[in-house]
Amino acid sequence: MSTTKIQEGDTLPGREFKADTVQLFLYNAAIWNPHRIHYDLPYTREQEGHPGLLIDGPLQGDWLTQIIEEWLGDRGVLTAFRYSNRQAAYIGEVLAGEGHVTDRDGDSVTLSLALRNQEGATTTVATASVRVDPGH
Amino acid sequence: MTLLTDELVALIGTEVAPFEFEITRGDIKKYAVATGQRQRRYLDGDEAPLLFLFSAMMPVIPLDELLPDGRQPDSPLIPELPLKRIMAGGSDYRVHRPARAGEVLVCRQKLADLYEKQGGSGPLIFMIFENRFETRTGEPVVTEYLTRIAR
Repeated sequence: MSTTKIQEGDTLPGREFKADTVQLFLYNAAIWNPHRIHYDLPYTREQEGHPGLLIDGPLQGDWLTQIIEEWLGDRGVLTAFRYSNRQAAYIGEVLAGEGHVTDRDGDSVTLSLALRNQEGATTTVATASVRVDPGH
Repeated sequence: MTLLTDELVALIGTEVAPFEFEITRGDIKKYAVATGQRQRRYLDGDEAPLLFLFSAMMPVIPLDELLPDGRQPDSPLIPELPLKRIMAGGSDYRVHRPARAGEVLVCRQKLADLYEKQGGSGPLIFMIFENRFETRTGEPVVTEYLTRIAR
């Protein structure tokens, strides 16, 4: 863990996420989401007009919280998290998560994050606040 | 043109009956594995990741009550609007403290706001729902402001 103080402009370590059908199935079972667009490919293509099964929006939100907490470690806590999905993400896509510190005011740190697909299009954006412990 | 009638505006503040849900270690562990989580406190099921709370909003209802697309019917808090296509608009969470295994949380849901905007391809109605997760004694744990957009 870094010993330098968190400051504006710091970049969070990125992480790539690639959900396969097994993970997507387990996720939707875990949250009790029966929407066909996450497991019924013929329905998803023919009725909803999507080229593939969709990666849930909240799963992408969760992935961005993981980037925050893996960077933050035990240096503080997440106090606010705001995300929105910008465009569909499909199974098999590799989504690259990235984030950086946009502001620091005392013990309050503000972050900006995004997930992008292999074409560079943003699928999900987020902002977050963390409260850091003294010394960080 | 105003799409929001006085009758619709009067719905702001409408609440539905609160519901309780128990956060179990087993459910957290399954969620943690399914999301590719790497933090030990979540993989062990001690604490619930923030977005785990999304699962609390999924009603467990009989199979024959699910819609043809598989989904559970929409929340009764969604008003009958003149715009019919509903899209997700994102979530804004305020975290008061982590939710832990073994806790029973109460979720209080409210239609917090309704407003309209002119979008690039026509009018939009924004619905803001407040989901307050707290303990039975009223200690706040997480407050979510969920936006849905009708177009």
